Amino acid sequence: MVRSGTLILNVAARLLLPLQLLFSLFLLLRGHDEPGGGFIAGLVASGAFALYLFAYGRRALDAMLKVSPRDLVGMGMLLGVGATLPGWWQGEPFFTAQWWTVPIIDFKASTPLIFDVGVYLVVLGSVLTAITALVQTDHEDDAAG
Amino acid sequence: MQLALLGGFVVAALAPLLHRWFGARTPLVMALLPAAIAAWLLAQWPTIAAGEVLLLEWAWVPGLDITLTFLIDGLAWLFALLITVIGALVFAYTGDYLRGHRDLPRFLMILAAFMMSMLGLVLADNLVTLFVFWELTSITSYLLIGFQHTDPDARKAALQGLFVTVGGGLALLAGFVMLGLAGDSWSLHELNARGDILRDHALYTPLLICVLLGAFTKSAQFPFHFWLPNAMAAPTPVSAYLHSATMVKAGVYLLARLHPALGGTEAWVVTLSLVGALTMATGAFLAIRHTNVKLLLAYSTVMALGTLTLLLGIGSETALIAYVVFLLAHSLYKGALFMVAGILDHATGTKDVTAMGGLRHTMPRTALVAAVAALSLAGLPPLLGFVGKELMLESVLEAEAWRGGILLLAFVAAFLTLAVAAIVALRPFFGVRHETPRAPHEAPGAMLAGPALLATLSLLFGLVPGVLDGLVTATVAGLGAPGAEVHLALWHGLNLPLVLSLASLALGLLVFRHWDRLRAGLGRLEPLMARGPEAGYEALMAGMVALAEWQTRFLQNGYMRNYLVMTLLVLLGLVGHALLVRHSPSLDFHVDVHLHEAMVVGLMVAGAIAACVMRSRLAAVAAVGIMGFSIALTFVLFSAPDLAITQLLVETLTVILLVLVLFRLPRFATLSTPVERLRDLVVAGLAGGMITLLMLAVLGGERLPRISDYMVANSQPLGHGHNIVNVILVDIRALDTLGEIYVLALAAIGVYAMLRFHAGEYDAQRPSAPSRRDDG
Repeated sequence: MVRSGTLILNVAARLLLPLQLLFSLFLLLRGHDEPGGGFIAGLVASGAFALYLFAYGRRALDAMLKVSPRDLVGMGMLLGVGATLPGWWQGEPFFTAQWWTVPIIDFKASTPLIFDVGVYLVVLGSVLTAITALVQTDHEDDAAG
Repeated sequence: MQLALLGGFVVAALAPLLHRWFGARTPLVMALLPAAIAAWLLAQWPTIAAGEVLLLEWAWVPGLDITLTFLIDGLAWLFALLITVIGALVFAYTGDYLRGHRDLPRFLMILAAFMMSMLGLVLADNLVTLFVFWELTSITSYLLIGFQHTDPDARKAALQGLFVTVGGGLALLAGFVMLGLAGDSWSLHELNARGDILRDHALYTPLLICVLLGAFTKSAQFPFHFWLPNAMAAPTPVSAYLHSATMVKAGVYLLARLHPALGGTEAWVVTLSLVGALTMATGAFLAIRHTNVKLLLAYSTVMALGTLTLLLGIGSETALIAYVVFLLAHSLYKGALFMVAGILDHATGTKDVTAMGGLRHTMPRTALVAAVAALSLAGLPPLLGFVGKELMLESVLEAEAWRGGILLLAFVAAFLTLAVAAIVALRPFFGVRHETPRAPHEAPGAMLAGPALLATLSLLFGLVPGVLDGLVTATVAGLGAPGAEVHLALWHGLNLPLVLSLASLALGLLVFRHWDRLRAGLGRLEPLMARGPEAGYEALMAGMVALAEWQTRFLQNGYMRNYLVMTLLVLLGLVGHALLVRHSPSLDFHVDVHLHEAMVVGLMVAGAIAACVMRSRLAAVAAVGIMGFSIALTFVLFSAPDLAITQLLVETLTVILLVLVLFRLPRFATLSTPVERLRDLVVAGLAGGMITLLMLAVLGGERLPRISDYMVANSQPLGHGHNIVNVILVDIRALDTLGEIYVLALAAIGVYAMLRFHAGEYDAQRPSAPSRRDDG
């Protein structure tokens, strides 16, 4: 029942997708100081991809994503767990936040940021997994019926 | 050392990659890891021999007093050395035993992971860390027993081993918690210094019971011995390594480790002595019923584990010395014999000793190794096994409780073990040559090297037991008998143990001569055997399955509404109890509401009521949506923009998911009777009331210091962030968040699996709630 959308939806999805993704990245990066963060950003990105999915269908989304949403979940978990380790290597307790400054652009890099990216990917991956799985069974049913 | 251990796990994970690089030589390459650790341990020998204790400190979770500190004293050193040396030999042996096996990389991976877990177990100083490694050995053992996972028997044996050891592990966890509370420390070396406090503590008896349950299940003590012979479904390198030399010794290691802290009381002495002696005799008796060489050896391992428990129970200085010597001797000869058993299986294609015979002509070197190791098993001079057995009998004569009974059981075990040794060493190699499924051939060098080395050590240590004096002294010191005068010798003079040894030699040879007839006679006891502890285990498992079926039908009948009622009722019971009994909340509202706030709340209430009474699903969804957006509005009003954004986004995604699900649901129908609806109304009303009370209690209570003050004050200086919510999520409470994303990932996998594999089955009752989470 999720068919390719109307012209307006198609155009809107194509135009909005980059904007939404940019916005989600913006939310992700500024999350530490202003409203935002990995969870919210992940939800925004999921919304963007969901819109695209509704407009163009499952195959187009797969072709654009290139990775399976389930792999995103895995990568997110890896980043999340990975962010716990640097503190440990520094001889501090497990999960202690580490901060580095990237010299030229004066950007605060940190393990909480890595962790936040992990959260972002897990949220995005989980929502997309659920949505694409639902769409997928619909297609199968259509093929069967 | 900790890095070496953790690195070992990494090497284990890399096994498939290593296999791609090194091919069939991978086991030898991986043997370098334990060999290197063994070399490091040997380098520490001067320190250990001087009676010092190496304490390698490493904080892990300081807030919970969990450390990765390693404690290396004589006892830990001996165990660690056994684990690494035999580990290296087993790796080398595996290379030939599983040559060309499709799953060799998987095998090596689990084996290496086991080795590191076992090493962690014996080195850990912290109770929690020890427990983690303890459970890891159970899990890796499960994977190794079930290695031939296409064989249903192997799977069943693996599960049995897992249930028994993990069930004991659960008791052990309870025991450790009590131990930690009673001794006010999680560190083993501190607990061992507080033995007097512990033994007089009110928790002593329950904690002892729990710890003993853990140790007895792990070390296959009667009546939990049955899992060990079944575990012989594992490939032979596993049997040689886990189920004779290392893992099953974890239980007796723990008992030894805690001997200074818990040992010496009447409960300890009587329980350990009796269980140990019974296990000894049972193991030896059950052994001679079998013709499968691995089962013979497995039951004799049960006997040896019983002996070790018994010696710890007796607890005199001689007994502790005997413990160390017997432990070392057993690891050496049993490891060797299992590897020989694997060679025999490999060469002849059968494990049945009665089907083999006369192999000494084709396999002379294997025969020699088997003979030497078996002599040690039999406890004959001039091997280390003899020294161990003499010391054992000597300690039994010193036993304070039940001396006569224990002596009898020990004597029975001794001569039956001798018979087992004779069967294993003589039957396959001497006598008439039998036709075997495969034409026998001498074992390749790498396979024979391991058992040959172990057998040589048995002989060497037996000939000059004096070289072990230093090691035994250092180890016994860790057992709670510091400064013991240890002089091991082959010849103890003409005393009672020697007489007993001679008598057991005669009786053992008699049993061996008439073994075939004896076995036939014992076969008649089979119906009685079927009622052993294993039957109890089967009944327990069947009962558990029945209980699970019943509770699944009752609690998890697949209807969302039942789940909701159950969840809410449990919540009401637990939270309501805590709230009403402990805090007795007061109902004082401070009403100070602006008009716009009241309007938002009114909208919320209207949405909720509408969702309940709507006769159309779409309308109900819309009503719930109104509620959600009103909640978001509330967050905005009370300046929580993060929560508001999250709420809005979740509502939006809910709509998307609902659109996808809505058409697939059955037609809207009323399934509940008016009575059920009334019940639901009551439950819902109570839940709402309880949350209200909870809110009032939280707002009104001045009892607890406000944690948010801490977070507000520290989010900028410590977390370097102005957005407190986010700093809490990714820094202050990052561990919680890690747990949450883990749950989210699991939910995604669950949804995927449910839709992908059960699309038709669950169509009517698919839960449509999206993954939400409670923010802040």
